[in-house]
Amino acid sequence: MTTHLPILQVIIPLLAAPFCIFLRIPRLVGIFAILVSAAAFLVSCGLLQQVITAGTISYKLGGWPAPWGIEYRIDILNVYLLLLVSAMSTIVLVAAQTSIKKELPEDRHVFFYTSFLLCLTGLLGILATADAFNVFVFLEISALSTYTMIALGTDRRALTASYQYLIMGTIGATFIIIGVGLMYMMTGTLNMYDLAERLPEVNTSRTVLSAFGFFIVGVCLKLALFPLHLWLPNAYAFAPSIATAFLAATATKVAVYLLIRLVFSIFGIEFVVTVLPMQEIFMVLGLAGIFAASVSAIYQLNIKRLFAYSSVAQIGYMILGLAIGTKLGLVATLVHMFNHALMKAAVFLAIGGAVYRIHSAQLIHFAGLGRKMPLTMAAIVIGGLSLIGVPLTVGFVSKWYLVLALLENGWWPVAILVLMSSLLAVMYVWRTVEWIYFTPPRINIDDVTEAPLSQLIPIWILVLANIYFGLNTSLTVGLSKMAAESLYGIFGGVL
Amino acid sequence: MSDLFAVVMLSGIYSLISASLFLDLDAVDVAFTEASVGAGISTLLMLASLKLVSRYQKKTRYKPILAFFVVVTTGAMLIYGTLDMPHFGTADAPVHTHVAPRYLNESMGEIGVPNVVTSVLASYRGYDTLGETLVIFTAGIGVMALLMVSKQTKQESKKLIPADMQQQIILRIVAKMMIPLILMFALYVQFHGDYGPGGGFQAGVIFAAGIILYTMLFGLSTSQEVFKATTIELFTAAGVLLYGGVGVVCMLLGGNFLDYDFLKHDPVHGQHLGILLVELGVGITVASVMMIIFFKFTWRTVKHKYKK
Repeated sequence: MTTHLPILQVIIPLLAAPFCIFLRIPRLVGIFAILVSAAAFLVSCGLLQQVITAGTISYKLGGWPAPWGIEYRIDILNVYLLLLVSAMSTIVLVAAQTSIKKELPEDRHVFFYTSFLLCLTGLLGILATADAFNVFVFLEISALSTYTMIALGTDRRALTASYQYLIMGTIGATFIIIGVGLMYMMTGTLNMYDLAERLPEVNTSRTVLSAFGFFIVGVCLKLALFPLHLWLPNAYAFAPSIATAFLAATATKVAVYLLIRLVFSIFGIEFVVTVLPMQEIFMVLGLAGIFAASVSAIYQLNIKRLFAYSSVAQIGYMILGLAIGTKLGLVATLVHMFNHALMKAAVFLAIGGAVYRIHSAQLIHFAGLGRKMPLTMAAIVIGGLSLIGVPLTVGFVSKWYLVLALLENGWWPVAILVLMSSLLAVMYVWRTVEWIYFTPPRINIDDVTEAPLSQLIPIWILVLANIYFGLNTSLTVGLSKMAAESLYGIFGGVL
Repeated sequence: MSDLFAVVMLSGIYSLISASLFLDLDAVDVAFTEASVGAGISTLLMLASLKLVSRYQKKTRYKPILAFFVVVTTGAMLIYGTLDMPHFGTADAPVHTHVAPRYLNESMGEIGVPNVVTSVLASYRGYDTLGETLVIFTAGIGVMALLMVSKQTKQESKKLIPADMQQQIILRIVAKMMIPLILMFALYVQFHGDYGPGGGFQAGVIFAAGIILYTMLFGLSTSQEVFKATTIELFTAAGVLLYGGVGVVCMLLGGNFLDYDFLKHDPVHGQHLGILLVELGVGITVASVMMIIFFKFTWRTVKHKYKK
């Protein structure tokens, strides 16, 4: 069975999702979802071990060899993200059991868990595949299930948020499929590695150039790069807390992964930096995203929206890392993808814990909660410190590598801007702290108690992970370095 | 244009014309799908949702200059991109020389199905088709989750709800003659996909169209006697499970996921059986999702109409 691990990674949640409809009993489905997600996590651990010992794994679906059939190819980069996504979904699903019960009517629980598993399937499918069209198929699965999850939010504005995301997401997906179609037209293949071999022959043609353009814009819509981020704040703010935590931790990272694959494995960094001024474009948009979104975050009244804007800013850091175009820059991006998932999952789950008690995500209603639910609120604070990049947290590791990469490349003005942007993060985190600890309660919170244990445990696992991976970076930085080595290895490290 | 009915009709016409275009390009399967899905069922579903909202768009003050600019840029990019592309029908274009020759020359020996499109769709790239089926299922889940039918409405339906077109005698009689033929045709398309154009997607849609026609003429409560919403919900999942199940069985028999060669002692027989089963899975999911979407929309109309 160990040879089938690559496909098991995806088909376990894939088949579990329709099976949920047969199970019917909400409670049972919830526990079943945790087990499925945990199984997916174990599979990715197995894959990690296989990839480290035996190198890249290739799996032929249907037994057909690569350019004719679909191939799954797992290397360090895939497995790193597979591990992240399956771990996050498992932790989030544990907290979901109680949170969903409060936020959704009971007859929708089964559908929520089904959508959740479908979304997980889609994300894992995008990560595992080496086929450009297969990426699109799984992108649609994850996108459609995400729209459903967001629209299930209690606030009626969730419907418009979901609709807005649906329109933007569909445009993004259409752009991606146009890109894939044009690439197919010029090469006659859909396999990523076959594409990488055949594209250099034709990469001076306008068709390939527009293929690249469409693909990049489509992916950037999906990953909410400034100024294509407009769908994100509302989607995160009005979705059920659990969906927000899961999406914030995984969905945008998978889109960033797709961008990295496109740039490094399909087109090659040489093409990307010589044909178009991508480095400059990414640097400007990354920085603009960091500043614009951080400033917006400071003025938000809804705490979920606040941290959603902060997510847009954090994506700016990831793109900035890519813009540097060196190995170290890529390491910074990869490390930050993992670390940001830890921070945001912790923060959004903790917010979910508070919403579970006070039924509101307005910052004003969080006043005085610091005394009533100290453990939950401490989680938000530690997550916030991590967002700022305080030493001993994962955020520090991310910023450290980013600044290091910037200085190595001689981009010291940008490095200074990055450090300055941390001050903006201090401002929005401080604002939440002020409301939580130093403001008298505005609503009656006398009988509010700590979030239930089933939520506190996942929250604190994530908080401790925030600190642990801030001290011991062997897993995150180690894997990122290996992934960066292998990605640059393909093209012999041109930069 | 603010008349949404006209918009829906135009989009149906657009689909029909593109279907003819595909036919002209000798892509019969694609044309068939476009005609049944694009022009057929999606127009129907859009009309069903139009019944819930008003026919005319509300006046907006918003002037979409930016959107117009983006659309023009995208169009210009597309034209710019096509300037360099291989000319239509060139024999040495990359699409014809790299992957396609094996599909055309070897598939008869490897899979033994005369319709190459079916070979590619269900076997060479069978996993994509599993993904597409899952997309349909996901859409169904979305509609089921968001348009819940309350117990009160369900009670209401126990009483016989007359269909809107109950009085149209000619329609009823013609439909009575047509529906068996439609369903038969659906089954033909389903099981004949190996030899001619067709397959699970088209068949599922045609089958659902037959049932939807019945529902429109004879009322929701009559058609729910046979097609209970809860049963159809299970069927949406059953199709995906059948498809995936075939893949898992292949794995248990020693092959890779969806490697139908291992289903029987003879690879070609195995391929035949595999393709038949997965197409059936697709058909079941597509038909039941289309029906459930239409039923959910109709429930909503019932709710608005009979609410005290």
